[in-house]
Formats: sequence, C-alpha cells, structure tokens
Amino acid sequence: MREPPVLAVEGLDKSFGAVRALHGVSLQLHAGEAHALAGENGAGKSTLIKTLAGVHRPDAGTVLIDGEPVTLHGPADARDAGIAVIYQEPTLFPDLSVAENIFMGRQPRRSLGRIDHKAVKAAAAALFARLGVDLDPEQPARGLSIADQQIVEIAKALSFDARVLIMDEPTAALTGSEVARLFAVVRTLREQGSAILFISHRLEEIFGLCQRVTTLRDGALIASEPVEGLTEDDLVRRMVGRDLDELYPKQATDIGAVALSVRRLTREGVFTDVSFDVRRGEIVGLAGLVGAGRSEVARAVFGIDRRDAGTVEVDGRALVNGAPSAAMAAGLALVPEDRRAQGLVMGMSIERNIGLTGLRTTARAGLMDRRAERSRSLDWAVKLQVKYARIADAVGTLSGGNQQKVVLAKWLATGPRVLIVDEPTRGIDVGTKAEVHRLLSGLAADGVAVLMISSDLPEILGMADRVLVMHEGRLTAEIPRTEATEESVMAAATGRAA
Amino acid sequence: MTVTAQPPAPAVGPDKAGGTRLVDRVFKLRELAILLVFLVMIGVTQAGNTEFLSEQGIKDLLLNATILVLVATGQALVVITRNVDLSVGSTLGITAFAAGDFLHAGGNSVVAIVLAVALGVGCGLLNGALVSLGQVPALVVTLGTLYVIRGIDSIWVGSRQITASDLPGGYVDFGSGGISAVPYLALIALAVLIAVAYYLRHFGGGRELYALGSNPEAARLAGIPVRRRILAAYTACGALAGLAGALYLARFGNVDSATGNGYELTVVSAVVVGGVAFTGGSGSVYGAALGALLLTSINSVLPALGVSSVWVLAINGVLLVLAIAVDRVVALRVAEALKKRAAFNRRSGRHG
Repeated sequence: MREPPVLAVEGLDKSFGAVRALHGVSLQLHAGEAHALAGENGAGKSTLIKTLAGVHRPDAGTVLIDGEPVTLHGPADARDAGIAVIYQEPTLFPDLSVAENIFMGRQPRRSLGRIDHKAVKAAAAALFARLGVDLDPEQPARGLSIADQQIVEIAKALSFDARVLIMDEPTAALTGSEVARLFAVVRTLREQGSAILFISHRLEEIFGLCQRVTTLRDGALIASEPVEGLTEDDLVRRMVGRDLDELYPKQATDIGAVALSVRRLTREGVFTDVSFDVRRGEIVGLAGLVGAGRSEVARAVFGIDRRDAGTVEVDGRALVNGAPSAAMAAGLALVPEDRRAQGLVMGMSIERNIGLTGLRTTARAGLMDRRAERSRSLDWAVKLQVKYARIADAVGTLSGGNQQKVVLAKWLATGPRVLIVDEPTRGIDVGTKAEVHRLLSGLAADGVAVLMISSDLPEILGMADRVLVMHEGRLTAEIPRTEATEESVMAAATGRAA
Repeated sequence: MTVTAQPPAPAVGPDKAGGTRLVDRVFKLRELAILLVFLVMIGVTQAGNTEFLSEQGIKDLLLNATILVLVATGQALVVITRNVDLSVGSTLGITAFAAGDFLHAGGNSVVAIVLAVALGVGCGLLNGALVSLGQVPALVVTLGTLYVIRGIDSIWVGSRQITASDLPGGYVDFGSGGISAVPYLALIALAVLIAVAYYLRHFGGGRELYALGSNPEAARLAGIPVRRRILAAYTACGALAGLAGALYLARFGNVDSATGNGYELTVVSAVVVGGVAFTGGSGSVYGAALGALLLTSINSVLPALGVSSVWVLAINGVLLVLAIAVDRVVALRVAEALKKRAAFNRRSGRHG
C-alpha cells in the first residue's frame, strides 16, 4: 500500500464560457516522483496547472492534498499547501532584487513587523548555495536570462518548503547546458522527496526525466501510466489521437536561382561579417545557441534593425537599410520568434491580424475594403487550417499552435518570394508542428526561398537543404543536408568546429 | 523540500555584482541628479541676487514646496502601483473649503484638519474602489472623479469664498509661522515624507506596492492582495491630498470653488521629474518630493533673477521632457549593460 498521493485531483471539470477546458480529469502525484503532463496545445494542460495553483476554481471535482480534500481559494492557498508553480513565462518583479522576488509577501520580519532586509538577503544567498548556482541576491531581476529566472522561481519554491513543484514548459527557451543544469536541480529535489509535475513538448525530456506520464487530449484524460515501456510513438499517438504522418515531410524540390543574397552583414557588437545565399525552392536552416545572433541577423535583413555594414539583395535588387516596408515590397516576409509580443496583436481578431499585412493592398482609394480584407483573411485561415470558432474572435483566445498559424497566414498572405521564419514551432504541439513543417516544405516546392531559424536540432536536420551555423555573432559553418548531423551542427554552434 | 546534496559549484563570473552596483548607482544617482540641479539653480540665483537666501527667502521656498510635496508623496504611492490619480486637485480644493467652512462656523482647528483628511480619505476610497474593482484604466476613472468632485465642490461652494478673516487667527499664524527659517508646515510635510518612505522600504505592504507595479500578473500569482493594496494606495493619496488641503487653507487663507484647479498636472510633473516611473515599480517618494521642490523653486528663482514669471510654465515643461528623456536613456543603457553581462556570463560558461 503506497502512501496517499501528495497531490491528487479527481473528476475535475472546468469550462470557460462555452469552451470545456477540462472534463473528468484525475491525476495523482506521489512524493519522489517526476510526473509528466503531455498533450497538444489546447489539451487543457495549462488550465489543469492553474487549477492546482489556485488561480482557477474548478466547476466540479476535488483537489486532494495528502488524501484530504481541500479548496484552493487563491494562489496564496496553494502556496500554503506546499504547491509551487513555475510558469512558462517566469513571473518575477523586474524592478525588485532577486532576494525580494523570492520572499515577496513572506519576508522575514523584525520588531514592529518591519522587513529584516539582511535576513532576506542571507536566506536568498543560502538558497542559491543549496541549489549550487551563482546568483547575486541583490541583483535586480531585470536582465536575468530565462534560465536564471527559473532558478529564482525554484529558489522561491524551496523557500517555502514546497512539496509539489509544477513546471510548465521550463525548457522551451533554454540552451542545452541550461537544460542540463535545470534537470540536475530537479533530480536532486525529486530524490529529496518532492513531487514534480513536468510539462514539455520535447518528448526526449519526458523520457529522460519522468517516471509517470499523464496524457490529456481535448480536456479529457487519455492515459496515466509509467513511462517505462512506452515508446515516443505511443505517446504521440495518445496526444494526437491518430498516427502522425512523417514528422519532417521534406519534399525534394528543384533549387533555382539565388533569391536572397546577404553579403558581409555587420551590426556592431551583435554580429559580424555574415554572408549567405538562399535560393528559390530551398530551405536553409540557421542553427546556433540562444544568443548567437541569429534572430538579430534576421531583423537586420528585414530592416527592423539597421545594419552597420554589408548588403542585402532580393532577386538581385539591393534593399534600403532599415526599411521593413521596402523589404516587404521586395517580397520578403519575416515570421518573428515571439508571436505574442512581435507577431500578433493579441486583442485583435484573427481577421484583422491577418489583414495587417494587407492594409495597403486591400484598400480602395485609401479606405479599407472590409469585404476584401475578410475574404483574404478567411482564405488564408482556411488554407492553414487554423482552428477557431469565429474569424472575428480575438487571437488571444486561440491555442499557441493556432496563433502560430495565424502569424504564418499573416505573412503568407503577402505572397512572399523569400520567407524568414524564426523558431516557427517553439512551444507548439507535435500535431501542429508537423502541419507547419508540411507547409514550409510545400512553400519551398512552390519556389519560395525559406530561411528557417531554429534551436530544435531535429527540426533543422529534418527540414533544411543546407544548414548555416552561427556562434557568437559569426557564421561558423555551412553544412549540406547530407553531412549535417547533431554532432557536426553542435560542434559549430559551440565554436568547437575546426 | 530540502536540498542537502551540493551540486558542483559553477565558476564564478569575474564581474559578479557588476549589474547590481550599476543599477543601484543609477537609482541613487537619479535622486542626486535632481538635488544637484536644485542646488545649482539656488546657487546661481543666490550669486545673482544675494537677497534670495535670506531667512524669509528660505522660508518662502519651503512654504511654497510644502503643499506640492505632500500631494506628490501621495501621488508617488499611486504611480508606483502603475496607476495615477488625477483627482488630487479637486480633492485638495474640496477639503480646503470644507476645513475653512468648519473653522468659519467656529470649529476647532485640529478637528478641521482631521475633517479635511477624512474627506480626502473618502475621495481616495472612491478612486481606489473604482480602479481596483472596476478594472478600468486609472487615467480615465480619475479623470471622471476629477470632474465629479470638482462638480460637487462647485455646487456646494457656489460663489462663496473663505478668506483669512473668516479663520481663527491661530490657524493662519500656524500657516505662516515656523522655527526660524523652517515653517511648521514644512516640518509636517517632512515628517509625512519620512514616514511614507520608511513604510515603503521596511514594511511588507510597501514592498508589495512596488511588486504589483512592477508586474501585476506576478503579484496576483504571488498571492499579494492586489486590489486591497491599490485601494490602500489611493486612500493614502486621498488622505495626503486632504491634509494638503487643510495646510493650503492655513498657508493662503483664501479658498473658493476653483482652488486646486489644474493642480493634478503639476503634481504628476513633480512625480515624474522626481524619477518615479509611470510604468510602475520604481522610484521613491524622496525623488517625488525633490521633484516638487525643484518645480516650485523655479517660481521663486525666476523673479529673483529678474526673469518674467511667464517663463515658468515653459521651463517646467522642458524639465519634464528632459526628465523623461534622461530616464529613457538611462533605462536603455542599464538594459544594455545587463544584457552584455548576461552574454558574458553565458560565454564564460557560468551555466556549464
């Protein structure tokens, strides 16, 4: 007979308006266990987590702690019950020091209820020592890397002796070594008897870290089982409810003339002397570690940032420096890395978001032609199979994968000759990922030149005809598809290449 | 959970605390910079007009600043939470008249001040409740209450006027009196300022104001009672505007239905010039008070230098734009420095 689970939910229901986010979901978390929560975007994982964190109140069902039913009235209740949540986007106070962030609301006090600032600082330093990380407690949270922000969140969890640690896609924005550090910390916590609930879209992480896995699909529980004995295919099938076609559906294409030509592109202190070509029908992968300068190159090519030196040519015509509208007119499109902040206006409708790139072309005599805008948007939303209730719904109501499709639709609607995609599948589920890949492949087959920036090595290896690798602001390697392997790309990305 | 195992300690970056010191320095610098501008301005004026810093001159400088310092302190509390209170001018007007009306009817001076503060608390509660419960942008809500409170004031006051002759002599004497060059009113403002600054620094509730201004969503997730804190900030702001109203009455002895008209803009300018960021989460009440001191001093400096006072508004505006520009440039520089440091640490394998 096992001890009762530290945290369990039974028959959880939660609806938002007409959308049933969760129905009849049960889950058991045991001490000393790392438990994966799998499912596509929109499967209900975030809702489940927020229910456990006390942010959402369930419509029906019970939350049990040590076998006792409890009601969580708010985040403070969950915290007092020993549940710590580390959200996808860390929730720190950028203006306050790291130490203050950890102890906000629970600072050690001295007489008259005053905060004992020295004790706060010392306790934070002690937590970092226990975690084996080097962070200055007095440093402001602003400017910390995502990895360090997560460490601060973990220190916060430690500070109130959390027994349950819930992590929502903690590795999405981390580099390889940062992931290794995070996993080392998590394994230590688990060995000390904490229960971990871990969400990731990277299957290899689920298999590498967790003992059990619970799969959700469309808000319902599909399976809760030991990881041992499962294969990646089994798990994917549970998540999407069908067999996936090949994950990287790269079509052989006729590679044509040079469409995008970048020569000696330099931006002081960011990247130096970057030269490459992308041909019609070709997908060129741009790999490298986070911070290598890949997105910055894309921004300079598109003209969002000014280049200090070098030239950019589209179909043989030079682009004006620092003018995105000129780049768009030349047939260049850039699907940015951060869809929430850079790609979409979250409060605006799907229709209007896609329409943003057509404000000039669909206008008549300077006035918007609403009907033309709608038909253009609908057309692309349907082509990309965006799942939505009404095209007038705000983009913010869609799941991550569908938001990404809207960003793609927005740019594809311009009929680009050169498409730059920056992390096109970050944080989106396997099913949608395959759709995005098929789409990119199809575009290349139609003669579009595609430059794909990605930190997902299998994606780079699976999709690219050629792989460019950046390291610390310089292009360090150009590897043809046949010779590209994880080893050869990583060696160039970490600067170990000959 | 407890971690006893010690993972290997990573290599320590050479400039471990570089970012902290930089940021610390910048924020202290921000307030020092205003102080410096103030002192230079006073110095130049004194050099040009040796009568400027006479006992009466200093007293006037401090007296002029007192009311604005009080209201700016309250406003800073609200701005730190990423909100704003535009109704402080109306609050000041109505509380000043209420206190005057009460004194005119033969009321006790202390009770009159308490009455003004209580009325201010009422206005603050109204604002706080609307902003925190209604989830409506504070700018719009308090613009509404600005007119509502001013409207009620106009209906109630009509064409009446309180003049110094309506007030007990002791009250007016208190308004202009002091210990040598330091007016009593300035001492009150200073005491309030120190108390508020101490609260913000050393009490949980104070830190939580910064936290929820810095990242409202994170504050909610951290279990901070966001609505209650915002309500408290507005209430304190209203109370200080009420106190300022009572002191305004003592200082000028002259109140009508237009008293405090347009004052909110001066207050907001003082707060911003003082380095309290409109995006919330940073700045200090000392900065706001220095901003208030700087802005009001310009009013005295220009006549002393023989410059027409028509320049005051333009100079205030230039200061405001300058302050915002400086803040922006400094913020960009700091962000760049922090980024470079992070990149350096990454390269030197701190996360390895």
